[in-house]
Amino acid sequence: MSLVILTAVLLLLASIGYHVGRSRALAVVGGNPRLLHSLPSYHGYYVALWCGLPALLLVGAWLAFEPTVVRTLVVTTLAESLGGTTSPEQLSLLYNEVRNVASNGHTSASPAVAAAAEHYLHIRGVLFAAVVVLALSAAIAGLGLARRAITAALRTRNRVERVMDALLVAASTVAIFTTIGIVLSLLFESIRFFSAVSLGEFLFGLSWSPQMAIRADQVGSSGAFGAVPLFAGTLLVSAIALLVAVPLGLFSAIYMAEYAAPRFRSVVKPLLEVLAGIPTVVYGFFAALTVAPFLRDLGASLGLTVASESALAAGLVMGIMIIPFVSSLSDDIITAVPQSLREGAFGLGATKSETIIKVVLPAALPGIVGGVLLAASRAIGETMIVVMAAGLSANLTANPLQAVTTVTVQIVTLLVGDQEFDSPKTLAAFALGLVLFCITLVLNVIALHIVRKYREEYD
Amino acid sequence: MTEMVETAAIRATPDALKARLRRRYAAERRFRALGLGAVLLSLSFLGVLLVTIVSNGITAFVQTQIRLEVAFDPAVMGLGADRSADALRSADYGGLVKAAIQSRFPDVESRAELRQLTKLISVQGGGEQLQAAVLADPGLIGSTRALWLIASPDVDMVMKGHVGRDKGAEGARLNDTQLGWLETLEQTGDVALTFNTLLFTRGDSREPELAGLWGAVVGSLYSLSITLLICFPIGVASAVYLEEFAPKNRLTDLIEVNINNLAAVPSVVFGLLGLAIFLNTFGLPRSAPLVGGLVLALISLPTIIIAGRAALKAVPPSIREAALGLGASRLQVTADHVLPLAMPGVLTGTILGMAHALGETAPLLMIGMVAFIVDIPGSPLDPAAVLPVQVYLWADSPERAFVERTSAAIMVLLAFLALMNLAAILLRKKFERRW
Amino acid sequence: MSAKITARDVNVFYGEKHALKAVDLDIRAHEVTALIGPSGCGKSTFLRCINRMNDLIEGARVAGALTLDGDDIYDRGVDVVQLRARVGMVFQKPNPFPKSIYDNVAYGPRIHGLARDEAELDEIVMTSLEKAGLLKEVKDRLDERGTGLSGGQQQRLCIARAIAVSPEVILMDEPCSALDPIATAKVEELIDELKRNFTIVIVTHSMQQAARVSQRTAFFHLGSVVEVGDTEQIFTNPQHTLTQGYITGRFG
Repeated sequence: MSLVILTAVLLLLASIGYHVGRSRALAVVGGNPRLLHSLPSYHGYYVALWCGLPALLLVGAWLAFEPTVVRTLVVTTLAESLGGTTSPEQLSLLYNEVRNVASNGHTSASPAVAAAAEHYLHIRGVLFAAVVVLALSAAIAGLGLARRAITAALRTRNRVERVMDALLVAASTVAIFTTIGIVLSLLFESIRFFSAVSLGEFLFGLSWSPQMAIRADQVGSSGAFGAVPLFAGTLLVSAIALLVAVPLGLFSAIYMAEYAAPRFRSVVKPLLEVLAGIPTVVYGFFAALTVAPFLRDLGASLGLTVASESALAAGLVMGIMIIPFVSSLSDDIITAVPQSLREGAFGLGATKSETIIKVVLPAALPGIVGGVLLAASRAIGETMIVVMAAGLSANLTANPLQAVTTVTVQIVTLLVGDQEFDSPKTLAAFALGLVLFCITLVLNVIALHIVRKYREEYD
Repeated sequence: MTEMVETAAIRATPDALKARLRRRYAAERRFRALGLGAVLLSLSFLGVLLVTIVSNGITAFVQTQIRLEVAFDPAVMGLGADRSADALRSADYGGLVKAAIQSRFPDVESRAELRQLTKLISVQGGGEQLQAAVLADPGLIGSTRALWLIASPDVDMVMKGHVGRDKGAEGARLNDTQLGWLETLEQTGDVALTFNTLLFTRGDSREPELAGLWGAVVGSLYSLSITLLICFPIGVASAVYLEEFAPKNRLTDLIEVNINNLAAVPSVVFGLLGLAIFLNTFGLPRSAPLVGGLVLALISLPTIIIAGRAALKAVPPSIREAALGLGASRLQVTADHVLPLAMPGVLTGTILGMAHALGETAPLLMIGMVAFIVDIPGSPLDPAAVLPVQVYLWADSPERAFVERTSAAIMVLLAFLALMNLAAILLRKKFERRW
Repeated sequence: MSAKITARDVNVFYGEKHALKAVDLDIRAHEVTALIGPSGCGKSTFLRCINRMNDLIEGARVAGALTLDGDDIYDRGVDVVQLRARVGMVFQKPNPFPKSIYDNVAYGPRIHGLARDEAELDEIVMTSLEKAGLLKEVKDRLDERGTGLSGGQQQRLCIARAIAVSPEVILMDEPCSALDPIATAKVEELIDELKRNFTIVIVTHSMQQAARVSQRTAFFHLGSVVEVGDTEQIFTNPQHTLTQGYITGRFG
């Protein structure tokens, strides 16, 4: 809360700075703005920036580093007071307790923790006071200095714009930092995982049962981290999804692009897109509630045993979800095939379907393949449908009527619930995440490359 | 014209060729039918999905209530002489509810039967209703009033027709005696379906009749506000930079490639990022809308940047030239002319990005937004669920009544999404401009 | 007569392409100078060098000396924005902002801080519209969108917008190519009016237009200036065979 107040005060100071700068600029030239290099408002922004920006950066730095600094300080003293025999893991647990005691006002059993909690609050208080003093003096100093610097010839517009430019650049690097963040966090945890489980076992092992690793003293506590059943399950479900989505999506696209009347198209196209807008959790519920029991009953009437959570149910519903991806991408690509090619075929007396099959589709094939790859990457990364409908048992099977599990399902199950963060079990989720990230990345790069090549050909 | 040529051809060709032509036309018709079939089948999936959800969920917007004579007996309530608000709040209202239903059927005496009898009514729900009534008017104590109390989910399901009354009907949980009591109540008009306000005012609960969506709605609102607050300025700034300012160099190319790839990274990976960075490195609270909003912001950012760039690109270069020719700086050109003209497109993209974020579930599971949370969150730092996660949680509950609630939650979620999409469409229609 | 703008050995490169080759040209104050030549000859490129609109083109490079009143236009210390306030521009296609007529004209004075208050701004807008010969047609509908005017009116609005900043030089890049003959005649009349207060450089494809409105003409061919001189002399007695070929319509 005090942070909010501090920020508000700084923003208030900056807006005061704006008015100070503006009126100062006008005063310098005796009220005639023509004599100024930049508009008076730019002088205002100039002072406001000098007033607000350094102070806010200071607050930002404090926000980013405070937890680490406080933690280091508190943990060091805590370790000393405990005699230096506690392991880092224990210390980290103790530190959490300290924070709980400090923030919720609980009384702690251990006097060391209670003392540390007091220490913790003290350090935080001192740090915050220091930040308040520093930020406010920076703001006031900035305001004063910038006001003094104002002259008629000062190019405040150029300076303000340079700051804005820098902010724009900073904003657009957020995407880069996100990627770096993803790669680093996945890599870092995966490396720790692979120090416990060998890469070979992970990639080629046939048995997956991470549940064994919950208790260290349990028999077989190392668990089994062979991810092949997961990959196979992912492949099976995605394959079923594509078997549903590609024919339906492609034929829909052909019909919409080549046959449908404009009015039919204008109604049906948005309706199909609705399928893409429905949250995946809804599909998951639909799969579990309606499709899976339906398949089970159907199987029973045919004398087949269908598991209540089957790859088929999950794949079918996922396929429905992907239809609009395939159809709208293929639609774009089919419409991009030049009319002259079609006319060439019509001129030889080909029927419309013959033209489509013999001329349009072959010309559009690379683009369609790209679209299918994009859809495949979508299917592999899809989570909620499989979590709710595919099941948890890591069966290595090609039978779509059985339950399988997928990479995404395992990531979710390994991380949902209270797990200790450093066990191979939770780290395995990051290794799976890394695999998922790499595969979807490669698929996307290839797909985008193909689609772009295709577009260039006909543009 | 083609038809004329064809008829001429048919006349001139021998039978074999004629047959061949017929086959070709038949193939043409088949192909066309196949296409139409694919479209219709896809649409029918949408239809089945929506019909399933609505038919399961529509009844959750009403709730069965039973009218009972409630005697506010201080002895049953465990109230002494102390009538302070605290004492009133902690009195035994469940006991009142049980006493009320037992007094309606005075013939029931055996313990087993009494237990079955109380299963007709929601002891906790009715208790809370009575508590609210007493707190509003302490004068009720000692009097007897006829009040509508929430029925148990078993009764609710029977009344709504989700569970049959025949013996051995699927999912039946009431036995013949209980159904008999229910009939008695119905004959005297003491059972009614009323609008289910609890669904829109309460947080989650283990009892289906008390489980509400409000906590999740508030959680979603907090998360989306955070997302919007982060995403919109950064997204617009990135789009402006890349489209209006960026020189063509390695860095710009890198940013572009990055954005395109981020748009395709599975959302569950973003969840891992949130867990590793926001929770474990920065020590932000688990299950908090703040973290959820941050993660969703990273997910929606590429969408908004891509939409923003498209909108900026659609502003004709002549506008930029005109302003530049007058001596406007590039920033002035962008702020005074290009961005205002592109704003409808940018906003449309933002709304669609937000709609996507509203439906996102998987990454939020990673950062602990799956906890069972009864309280309505009071700030973005409090633990909270969001709508799609609430759907996921309820979908996991075995009770029949939760299937209904889940479907209702989905209907609410879809309604929000439809509203957002409608807003985007209207915005686009209103400001659609041809240059 | 003194030169307002002088170009000495000006070369422009678009990446590998050598678009302007060693151009020497003087542009005199309070005259209309026409730049003519076949498409792609570099006349528009030269025009856009004068107010540095080429800066915006990726990979464009300008070498040589280009001065305005003796000051180097490409000096590092020059603020492009201020340069463009001194050298206004009117474009090929009328490009009013999708704002009111008033705001179109007021935008320049606003960003350059030319008016102390609203009354002064009103004054500038009115005189600019008056000078552009548009005031009579639009004075009752200053709140309407500039994009709703006819093509000729739009172009005169753009001219009004340019002169509202009170520049010294106005560059016109084929200002009449998108207009019908009647609107063209009006704009040409206007150009003749304007030369009293402004130095005008106009790029045109129409030889008749160059002959009608300009006092001096420069003929560009393949990125070089082939011939410069008084308009009358260029059209009646061209010194170079290329010029002669072009004005008699043998190529171009």
